Amino acid sequence: MTAHAVDERELQLRRPFVLPRWVSRAAVWVPVAAAALWVLVLARNTSAGPAIREPGEFVVTLLDGVTFAGLLFVVASGFTLIFGLMRTVNMAHGSLFLGAAYVAHEIQTNMVGKDANIDARDVSLLAWILPLLAAGAVVALLGLVMHQLLLRWNQGQDLRQALITLAISVIAADQMLAHFGGVAQPLKWPGAVTHFFEIMGERYASSRLFMLGVALLVGALLWLWLNRTRMGMVIRAGVDDQEMVRALGINITLVFAITFIVGSFLAGVGGVLGGSFAGSVAPGVDGAWLLNSLVVVIIGGLGSVKGAVAGSLLYGMVVALSPAYLPAGYTYYSVIFTFALLAVVLAVRPNGLYGRAE
Amino acid sequence: MSPAATASGPARPGGTLRRLLSARNVVVAAATALALLLPLFGSNFFVEFVMTRTMILGIAAATIVFLAAYGGMISLAQYLLAGVAGFMVGNAVVAQDAWSKGLKLGWNPWVAVLFALAVTTFVAFVLGALASRTTGIYFLMITLTYAVIGYYVFGSITPLSGFGGITGIDPPGLFEDHPQRMYLALVVLSVLVYVAFRVLAATPFGLALQGIRDDPVRMASLGFNVSLHRTLAFTLAGFTAGLAGVFNVWWNGQIDPTSISIGPTLDLLIVAVIGGTLSLEGAWLGAFVFVTANNYLRNLPLVDHIGITEARFNTIVGVLVLLIMILSPDGLAGIIDRVRKGLRRLIQQPPGSGAGPAEAATGSSP
Repeated sequence: MTAHAVDERELQLRRPFVLPRWVSRAAVWVPVAAAALWVLVLARNTSAGPAIREPGEFVVTLLDGVTFAGLLFVVASGFTLIFGLMRTVNMAHGSLFLGAAYVAHEIQTNMVGKDANIDARDVSLLAWILPLLAAGAVVALLGLVMHQLLLRWNQGQDLRQALITLAISVIAADQMLAHFGGVAQPLKWPGAVTHFFEIMGERYASSRLFMLGVALLVGALLWLWLNRTRMGMVIRAGVDDQEMVRALGINITLVFAITFIVGSFLAGVGGVLGGSFAGSVAPGVDGAWLLNSLVVVIIGGLGSVKGAVAGSLLYGMVVALSPAYLPAGYTYYSVIFTFALLAVVLAVRPNGLYGRAE
Repeated sequence: MSPAATASGPARPGGTLRRLLSARNVVVAAATALALLLPLFGSNFFVEFVMTRTMILGIAAATIVFLAAYGGMISLAQYLLAGVAGFMVGNAVVAQDAWSKGLKLGWNPWVAVLFALAVTTFVAFVLGALASRTTGIYFLMITLTYAVIGYYVFGSITPLSGFGGITGIDPPGLFEDHPQRMYLALVVLSVLVYVAFRVLAATPFGLALQGIRDDPVRMASLGFNVSLHRTLAFTLAGFTAGLAGVFNVWWNGQIDPTSISIGPTLDLLIVAVIGGTLSLEGAWLGAFVFVTANNYLRNLPLVDHIGITEARFNTIVGVLVLLIMILSPDGLAGIIDRVRKGLRRLIQQPPGSGAGPAEAATGSSP
């Protein structure tokens, strides 16, 4: 009895500081309930209007959130895949994103045969898919080179690797600025997917649904790869216990290289999707998408693909809902909500929703 | 530490004085004296531009080093915190009728400083409390996220600043039109910050912080509140970064979100990395190397020939960091340390059987 009590006390001491359960529950549910009440009934002076009065606006805003979450997932899944297996935080992920968008822009303008004023109607399906694959391949190769030259030999020194990739991102941003200039360059969806259709009385762009479709396809392929192939099995085992995988005689260095290729390719696909979504490619986007990837994985938990899905959905919803339901004239406060989401998740689960303690 | 200092030990009478006269302290004191006398013989540009900027960046980078060396936390939010102080000064001092953005409160500049430091300390406390339950790479990522969100906060919230920033921020009369005074004040502040951080390391709080750096689980089981110590260290570092930010905004006369964006954030990290993230002196050394490179590299005659222009300064900085991280993650301080050890080995090898345990004992102190 006494021995048991001592054990209990020791556990209490060893456990890092944890908020009482009711506080963490309140920290989640009070803001959620308040936001729901606001969106449903109270949001009168906002661009979208209360959801019970304007159900169309509400559905469209939700769709915006889900489709943007698809894009977030494509980019962040590559980031989290690399971290999960190798403990490498690839700060150059945003640079790969921007690099792919620029490559796709170059190929697309060549295929269309116009330099400026490209209209979506000029772009055939091939003039979008070919740049997508080519750009993905180029950045996948760049990622592989980066891994082999700069990251392979210092495996396990996570801070050093983070700073190395950070330095690469600075160099890459500067070189891309020198090459492509400070002016935004066009990158367009194929004409076949740029239509508008009606949802509950609201016009909606089909290209956003196309983007979501691509994201779902990427997610499905990723799931099949990780859960239904031998390579995926090795990766999942490597996430849990790298040393054991190595000891079993599996060539984990090769698996690392392939994971880096796939992760970089996903950044590239995300870059082409994101560039087409914005309609143009411009400097500074790399930093914005490094932020997006970081927010998604901090919310979802570093290294967890499941967490990337959850993080993308939550962050996508906040990004879509906050400007639509803030009072008119105050929409510039929407960035605060990104921070609030981060703060709530960190307060309740310091390692993210699906993250594991180090 | 010279071999003589190691041999004498703390037990002998007069040991304290001997220890205060270590090679490290003598070099720092000499550098301080040189910095204080500099206005007598240095050119105006060198003092008012290069060295003033060095001191500002040095103080800000020292907060990174403090957190890294004593707390084991690499923070990318220090430039953001300096920027928060800068934006608060800007919002507070610019007069109502001025042609600028911001709240334009038109306060007395010294009141504005107190206000800015209070806000910065509070922001640092909140951000630190949220991030302090993580360590290592997670902490780095969360603080980087703070930095980028901070950029968007000041950029998009137009009543506070907007992307155009706040212009026409005058320093108080003490420093207005007296750039040399501002420089001297910065030297004094640098010394205060340096001494304060080193003294703090020997206090119970500093010792507990270093214990937490080395083994958080053991410190927690000894009854120390791990996350509270980390939070307070981050708050103190934030306050100090705020001091640097106040001088920075006085020196620049303006502030905009781009000046706290991811680029400058990395520049500050680079300053800390050049100097070495484990040595406090390295912060000012790194700042000096960075600012000098920034100002004089572009004037080198050969630079244009190899296609590097002023605009490509970021590439040079990036390559520099890459090389440092590949060759010596401890930065310049690490290189100097290695050279010194190598020299000592060269000197000590001939007479006997090498350095032995004395060197092993001196090698580990940060």
